[in-house]
Amino acid sequence: MKPAPFEYIAPTSVEEALGHLAEYGYDAKVLAGGQSLIPMMNFRLAQPSVLVDLNKLAELSYIRSEKDGELRIGAMTRHHQVEHDALVAEHAPLIHETMPKIATPQIRSRGTFGGSIAHADPAAELTTICVALDGRFRCRSARGERWVPAKEFFLGMFTSALEPDEILVEIAIPPMAPRTGWALEEEARRVHDFALVGVGAVLTLDAQNRCERARLVFLSVGDGPVEAEKAAEMLIGKEVTPDLIRTAAEAVSDELEPSADLHASVEYRLHLARVLAKRALERAFARAVDPGSRAA
Amino acid sequence: MSNVMDITVTVNGEVFQRRIEPRLLLSDFIRHELNLSGTHVGCEQGVCGACTILFDGMPVRSCLMFAVQADGHEIRTVEDLGTMEDLHPLQEAFWETHALQCGFCTSGFLMSILPVLEQNSGLSEDDLRHALEGNLCRCTGYQHIEDAVRLAAEKMSSGGES
Amino acid sequence: MTAKLIGKRIKRNEDPRLLTGQALFVDDVELPGMLHAAFLRSEYAHARLKGVDVSAALERPGVVAAFTAEDMGDAWSPGPPLVIPPPTIEEVEFYTRTQVPLVKDKVRHAGEPLAIVIAESRYIAEDALDDIVVDLEPLDVVTDIERALDSDSPLVHDDLEPNLAAHLVQEKGDYAAAREEADTVIKRRITIERGIAGAMENRGIVASWDNKQQQLTVWDTTQSPIPIRNGLASMFGLSEHQVRVIAPFVGGGFGPKIMMFYPEEVLLTWSTLKMGKPIKWIEDRRENFYATTQERGQVHDVELALTSDGRILGLRDDFLHDTGAYDPYGLTIPLNTQCHALGPYDIPNFSSDLKVVFTNKTLTTPVRGAGRPQGVYVIERMLDIAAKELGIDRVEIRKRNFLPNDVFPYDNIIIDQAFASFVIDSGDYLPAMEKALEMIGYEKFTKEEQPKLREEGRRVGIGVVSFIETTGVGPYEGARVTIESSGKISAATGVGTQGQSHFTTFAQIIAEQLGVDVRDVHLVTGDTAQFHWGTGTFASRGAVVAANAVNAAASIVRGKVLKLASEVLETPEEELEIEDGVVRVADIPTRSITLGDLAQRSNPLRGAVEPGTEPGLEATAYFGPNYGATAFGTHAMIVEVDPETMMVEIKRYIVVEDCGTVLNPLIVEGQIHGGVAHGIGNSFYEKLVFDDNGQLLNASFMDYLIPTAAEVPRIEVAHQETPSPLNPLGSKGVGEAGAIPVPALFAQAVENALGVDGLEILESPLSPQRLFELFYEEEKDA
Repeated sequence: MKPAPFEYIAPTSVEEALGHLAEYGYDAKVLAGGQSLIPMMNFRLAQPSVLVDLNKLAELSYIRSEKDGELRIGAMTRHHQVEHDALVAEHAPLIHETMPKIATPQIRSRGTFGGSIAHADPAAELTTICVALDGRFRCRSARGERWVPAKEFFLGMFTSALEPDEILVEIAIPPMAPRTGWALEEEARRVHDFALVGVGAVLTLDAQNRCERARLVFLSVGDGPVEAEKAAEMLIGKEVTPDLIRTAAEAVSDELEPSADLHASVEYRLHLARVLAKRALERAFARAVDPGSRAA
Repeated sequence: MSNVMDITVTVNGEVFQRRIEPRLLLSDFIRHELNLSGTHVGCEQGVCGACTILFDGMPVRSCLMFAVQADGHEIRTVEDLGTMEDLHPLQEAFWETHALQCGFCTSGFLMSILPVLEQNSGLSEDDLRHALEGNLCRCTGYQHIEDAVRLAAEKMSSGGES
Repeated sequence: MTAKLIGKRIKRNEDPRLLTGQALFVDDVELPGMLHAAFLRSEYAHARLKGVDVSAALERPGVVAAFTAEDMGDAWSPGPPLVIPPPTIEEVEFYTRTQVPLVKDKVRHAGEPLAIVIAESRYIAEDALDDIVVDLEPLDVVTDIERALDSDSPLVHDDLEPNLAAHLVQEKGDYAAAREEADTVIKRRITIERGIAGAMENRGIVASWDNKQQQLTVWDTTQSPIPIRNGLASMFGLSEHQVRVIAPFVGGGFGPKIMMFYPEEVLLTWSTLKMGKPIKWIEDRRENFYATTQERGQVHDVELALTSDGRILGLRDDFLHDTGAYDPYGLTIPLNTQCHALGPYDIPNFSSDLKVVFTNKTLTTPVRGAGRPQGVYVIERMLDIAAKELGIDRVEIRKRNFLPNDVFPYDNIIIDQAFASFVIDSGDYLPAMEKALEMIGYEKFTKEEQPKLREEGRRVGIGVVSFIETTGVGPYEGARVTIESSGKISAATGVGTQGQSHFTTFAQIIAEQLGVDVRDVHLVTGDTAQFHWGTGTFASRGAVVAANAVNAAASIVRGKVLKLASEVLETPEEELEIEDGVVRVADIPTRSITLGDLAQRSNPLRGAVEPGTEPGLEATAYFGPNYGATAFGTHAMIVEVDPETMMVEIKRYIVVEDCGTVLNPLIVEGQIHGGVAHGIGNSFYEKLVFDDNGQLLNASFMDYLIPTAAEVPRIEVAHQETPSPLNPLGSKGVGEAGAIPVPALFAQAVENALGVDGLEILESPLSPQRLFELFYEEEKDA
């Protein structure tokens, strides 16, 4: 399966890249890690006439933390780097837990953090946990720059808020409040397949172990990350008990409208959503209560 | 209407200059432009792993890269690992444990495992499993490959070449 | 002579080449001026072809040619059937409908080729496919094999109504009478779905016609180069010696690569003859899902009649077999199914009404197991259900029905794939079962561990199944062995090699006979210029048929060596021994001659060769068994099912296999591991999903789930050796054994794990989705 012909440009600066996108608009596609785009091109499902390769933009590959602990990740940072980075492990342990679950090691050698997010695959883990972590995304074009909160970034299947002349350049993850626990639960057919259903849970407790904040964000149940807001609401202000977790987990299926595909029916997806929500909340709670169990 | 580009790539230590179409896949470039046919193509979708090579030291699917992207970079293929007279300890281990049958997926496994063995000291069972999960094999059922990786780790830590 | 090499765990001769990227596969063949082909394939599963216009494709720079069925003229014809209907049964309905090189009248399955484009590169050839204008009138599609027999079903072949490819009834004894006598009759419907072989290397062909040498050379990933050569020669009016077919290193066969003639084999050959240029076609993975054959689809209505103590009185298995759009492979697969439904058991009465059905899907030819897994699934599931109903332990019921050791050779009366009575040459089923039970700790698990785990709410189960595997069928294979003047041995045989280690196992046999180092035996397989009599690798026959031919040839050479050495060393043959490549007198080691020197002497520079003798130390021999040797074994497994997610984890997997004399245990274990992995795929991961339009919904490795290392457990293998009386080596095949019982085992173990009364598994493959449905359905009903 060979790709159709295209014109290839490899800019060496972000400005140059943005200039090309401004010129070509919808005719151009951005090439980041290529681990999602190139298979589509090999199948000829995607046939861009111009490919703007971002891989020479070293300036977009970095991981640093701001003074308050906010994490800044350059969009072209390889998954592999994020997976093994100490700052990520410290400031965003949910990302650290998620990275090894993304595809395979070889894909992670090349795939990029920003590329995965911009691709907006409903089955992707990173999009989901960025929503759960209240991440925000810096988008640049020749016209200027804007920040888009993760919640507003995913508009539909493989559709992000990026305009054709925009590039995602940076991801910001806010620092975690104290007494916050997290977990990602997913089930896939084979170890590295796209998840049938996945959920990221983030829980913050107050000093009396009551839930102060809760996020439950699902992947593979809709057109993008789907948040079970009402279910999460059930936890707020209450003491988190196993019964409460079970009740909230049961309630998630009221808010989800997954579709069926050849791997899972609607009922099975909803069932898995409930099961995984319970497991994610249990683990997140355990971590919030006892930082020592963060290694779990 | 074909546009061509000049690239300079270092492959197995040797520098090559070639003029190619941007859409030429790196896997095809390696196999047919450079005649290094030890790297094999099984799916062109990034799933089977047979085409795995080292790109600047990292294991990468060569079917998911364009050769033009290799301009200025370093590639290692299985031909660089050892020769028939002088096998790398990893290749020796595969030989001793019968970790290959038809041999088509083998170079992909070797190039995927090599960086893991070179970077890690003391492979846990988990490391072992994760190291193999990105490559498909239809012949061996993986068991002898797992044995080979363990054996290679032993060989390489006890002073074998790495 | 005590075996020094046979039975030893010897490293493979072929590995250094494969490990260092120095082995030639078809896509590695580069010839000057070579062109590249791509095929335009139908997106519709069933459509009338109104027209194909390639003129725009021919305009594209870099395109050299483009052909349709029309362009082929008289050379166009449907392929020859590979397997004729069984001559030994009187009432067989059989309708031969074989695949075509390019579609002429109508498309019968998605992916059928409509045109070939030949260009300077595969990239350009694929570009040109979009230039071709095709006029296809879609027709109603039939994919379901039961629906296909309805009177109002769309017809896959317009002249055949209904879509019946074959109808055959096989009987043994009197099932109806047995049923009357039975204390219990169990009736079930069992469904099995299609899967692919999934070799890592797709198919590929390089065809090169050299007009000056009047020679056609074809590199092909085929499992049967000799029949390909003969067929191509015949098809294109060449003499056989003008055609050379080479199957170099092939990246996995598993069955579909023995199918012939694929449209691509015909088209590449026809094109190169026409154009006088070498042409290469390499199948890509997407094509592989449509253009390479598949197997396993069947629906069974089964009845088992037993006494109250679990003795089988009779089995009735009426089933439909999906052959896809064409049936070149005849009844091979379903005949295997019928035979293997009898299993290692004493079943005195049997009846099976078999219907083979056409559908608008890719055609079916054997895939590792070739109908045997389905037969094993049927009998093993029915025994499990009977055991439950009769309150007998599932191991006990099998033991009560095993054929005892004194019945062999045992004639099962019905015919097998070779059209002869299905005779089991030898067997020893009970010890294999006992060994498996011991290894998995059956007693302890079922009596102590499982009850405890159940109390904890864990769903852990155990499964044990026994099976037979017919192997080593004829007609024959041949081999030639030669001692060279260097003292090294060269040998050739007609079968190809796709990973079965022939370069080592056959070398072991030769080295054993000729007293040389295994590494000094150089073997060529799969090159018709080196050896041109034989059939190919299929039905687990390499280690039986080809190996015995190799053994026979080596044995004759050994005889020649001893005879000549006896003259040269002036010593009787009985006092000579061969070791380390030297023939020496037993007690006088200084009286010796190397094999190389002996070879030189046998090839005189002066003087005549006496009539009735030949120069050199060389022999060609053939082996053709009367019937196939039946291997057997028992598999056992412990699984855990997560009752919330329905994900399955295999905790332990045991194989006790008996393939007769083991040539190399390391290699046998490799074959078993690979077979079991494939079987696990067939049990829980691999299922081809067709929609109502005959479109494959999972035509890629992303959605067709081949197990990775994470899904395959460590497999503990024990060997048992019951030599086959059918060949001097005593060997039986083992290539498919790993895969055959796995789906039956999986069903039993998972059912046992879930432990829900009324939850019966009667289908394969399973999936978490399907377990969810079965489990929660039962819970609702309960």
